[in-house]
Amino acid sequence: MPSASISQIPATDVCMSLQDVTISYGSFEAVKNVFMDIPNGQVTALIGPSGCGKSTVLRALNRMNDLIPGCGLRGRVVFDGVDLYAPNVDPVEVRRRIGMVFQKPNPFPKSIYENIAFGARINGYSGDMDELVERSLRKAAVWDECKDKLKESGLALSGGQQQRLCIARAIATEPEVILMDEPCSALDPISTLKIEETMHELKRSYTIVIVTHNMQQAVRVADMTAFFNAEAVEGGSGKVGYLVEFAETERIFNAPKQQTTQDYVTGRFG
Amino acid sequence: MATTSIRSSKNNQPNALFDRRPLNFDPTLKRNRINRVLTSIAGVFGALAVLPLFLVLLYVLFQGGRLLSPTLFTQLPPPPGLDGGGIGNAVIGTILVTLIASVIAIPIGVGGGIYLNEYSTRGWFSQFISFGNDILAGVPSIITGVFVYGIVVSTRLFFNQSFSAVAGGLALAVLMLPTVIKTTDEGLKLVPQELRWGSYGIGASKFVTVMRVTLPAAFTPIATGVVLAIARAAGETAPLIFTALFSPFWPEGIFNPIATMSVLIFNFSIMPYEAQNELAWAASFVLVIMILAANLIARWISSLSRN
Amino acid sequence: MPTDSATTAHAADAYLLRRRPPSEKLLDTGFRQLSLVMASTVAVVLISIFLVVFTGAREAIGEFGLAFLTTSGWDPVNQQYGAFVAIYGTLVTSILSLTIAVPLGVGTAILITEDVLPKTIRDAVGLMVELLAAIPSVVLGLWAIFVMEPAIRPALNLLHAWLGWSPFFNTTAQGPGMAPAILILVVMVLPIITAISRDALNQVPVELRQGAYGVGTTRWGAIFSVILPAAVSAITGGVMLSLGRAMGETMAVTMIIGNSINFNISLLAPGNTIASMLANQFGEADGIQVSALMYAAVILMILTFTVNVLAQWIVRRLSLRY
Repeated sequence: MPSASISQIPATDVCMSLQDVTISYGSFEAVKNVFMDIPNGQVTALIGPSGCGKSTVLRALNRMNDLIPGCGLRGRVVFDGVDLYAPNVDPVEVRRRIGMVFQKPNPFPKSIYENIAFGARINGYSGDMDELVERSLRKAAVWDECKDKLKESGLALSGGQQQRLCIARAIATEPEVILMDEPCSALDPISTLKIEETMHELKRSYTIVIVTHNMQQAVRVADMTAFFNAEAVEGGSGKVGYLVEFAETERIFNAPKQQTTQDYVTGRFG
Repeated sequence: MATTSIRSSKNNQPNALFDRRPLNFDPTLKRNRINRVLTSIAGVFGALAVLPLFLVLLYVLFQGGRLLSPTLFTQLPPPPGLDGGGIGNAVIGTILVTLIASVIAIPIGVGGGIYLNEYSTRGWFSQFISFGNDILAGVPSIITGVFVYGIVVSTRLFFNQSFSAVAGGLALAVLMLPTVIKTTDEGLKLVPQELRWGSYGIGASKFVTVMRVTLPAAFTPIATGVVLAIARAAGETAPLIFTALFSPFWPEGIFNPIATMSVLIFNFSIMPYEAQNELAWAASFVLVIMILAANLIARWISSLSRN
Repeated sequence: MPTDSATTAHAADAYLLRRRPPSEKLLDTGFRQLSLVMASTVAVVLISIFLVVFTGAREAIGEFGLAFLTTSGWDPVNQQYGAFVAIYGTLVTSILSLTIAVPLGVGTAILITEDVLPKTIRDAVGLMVELLAAIPSVVLGLWAIFVMEPAIRPALNLLHAWLGWSPFFNTTAQGPGMAPAILILVVMVLPIITAISRDALNQVPVELRQGAYGVGTTRWGAIFSVILPAAVSAITGGVMLSLGRAMGETMAVTMIIGNSINFNISLLAPGNTIASMLANQFGEADGIQVSALMYAAVILMILTFTVNVLAQWIVRRLSLRY
């Protein structure tokens, strides 16, 4: 296995740093030896064939993997000078500072207003709630569709609107990083475009990490791209994911260093 | 890359409106204290929920177990005031009455379930039957006793006999029927549609498909549900008190009153005699062991499909 | 081999069934009709139950009218009957037992479904609650008479000492009574509430949980503000079903409630329920007493029927899209 290449970005403005991260489910290793410095204030895309562990890595960034029984992590994930997997770290605190948008839109069975206000309230928000709700919905580009039905259930919205509501819910808590796990995979092309516009808007204030299976989307939204691949191991129990290459999106798609990356971005496999 | 400088907490914009804390776990936080309290409460609730099981099993095993002997199964209960004796007639009676109920309820229930899932078009009629089935499942068991008393016992329907084992079996059957229908219906729902299409595809008739393909495929959940229904019926008392009644003698055929363990427990528990009370505990022991065994068998059956 | 040559020589005969014989078609339609009849049994039985009980009660309904519901005499000698004591007992025991059992059952279900404890312990608790449901009512009644009631009597009398000023505790506990009946009902409905709540909580999609944790809730924050609200309709339906079960529960209650025909508002005094009245008197009653008991049975059926229909309606009507 080629050892994971280390990023070449200038290390001045690193938001999160993965240092030799290996994630396993029980005795099965899902991703191995990932080194990666996620830059601050930019959009970083994680791409690769299915089963390469890109979603697993993403969920490791705000300790969502804790909710999966038997999931363990070796190595360090450093954020704000702290190893997120140090024993004294509170995962609840981590998730308040690193928000997440999921693959399937999952608004709470509450009103649109409450969907936004709920997260803010538990994060100890002390300002004007109405104003926060409006600001968050505007940022997520869903205000116009929602403004007349804030008291209606979030489930009454269409799929694309629900997903933007979930983005609004995530940004309402003003996290420093937003993780997006294939946020457009369940949506139609028009909703996808709207969410991509939203992302462009958001990267002014947030660091965004997005997992996508859609290479065009990575090209459209990401500044940096990490390509993951999976290969069979000697033991023979399934495939283990690893980071092949991590660089500026332009480089990954136009002049990748690794042959595997070249093969993947030109559509030869995956 | 050892010198990677990690961005220290310099926020782009200060979030004055949110209270930000360091990332480390702080057990003194209000939310963490509330969490601990609620987790302990849930633990206490869980303990309270399983406590009765332990206490009941403990007493039944201890009080009933020490009376366990071969004569318990070979002798009749003693007349009031005398010691010794057994519950032989009640053991046979319970088995007999439960058997009668099963013979009636299982074929009808499985057939009804087959109709609901395989033949009906889920129109108004089958919706009405499903609804009626849920309502029937909620009818208090004592009412089924009243019902069977009204149509069988008081009318002396069978050979001019009033109370009888058959009447008791009928009452238990009414109780079992909704469970059997429900489990059959639910079990058949789990059979993949492709399996039926495959059978029709080779030209099998509907009857052959149901009997040879669909029903065997749903055997495990149906069998599990049926075993549980039998176990429940074996422990029922209320429908038997004035249908099967009780008898201090050995069973004299299925058209005469018959003793059952559950009614024996009820009758003997309120008698002021030590010997009778002890036999009630012994009958509880036998009944509980039988029912728990049936439950374990049901679990074993349902685990078969998972392997 | 004769069979071999037979199949090759008469290949066509091997598939005689290609033209379906009438017998097979008959079997097909016959089985369909048979299963239809079997399914209809449910409706026939249900309707007959209502008919039998209503016709049996007609005489008493004509005789006592609605006053039956509010008078408390039960006098076979003078043939005066009123079911107030039993109706009061049925409602009070079932409702109070649920007020205790609902928090216990839902709390236990949370314990079993959410990762509060190690999985082996949670599975063991789940199994034990299921086994508790399998213990026959009459065995619980026996246990209540000889073990539970004597054990809790001092506690009940302590309650009387503290709260004796209130009419609900103004008698001493001297044996069978409403309070032990309520407690044994708690034991009986607890497994039902736990099982239904557990299923309801398990059906809350994992995405919703992740969403809650994703915005930074604590475990109990997620449970109270997202998971329980998503499961509330199914849990409410289950609670209604258990209420119906508690109202109709007969044996354990009959054995421990004291079967008093006199009205006493105190929970520590003996009482009665419709079901236990039927269990005690139906076998030996005759004349208008049978009809009066049938009248009481009608009331019990109306109560459980209403509660059960309401339960189904709640589950269907209030269920969210999750």
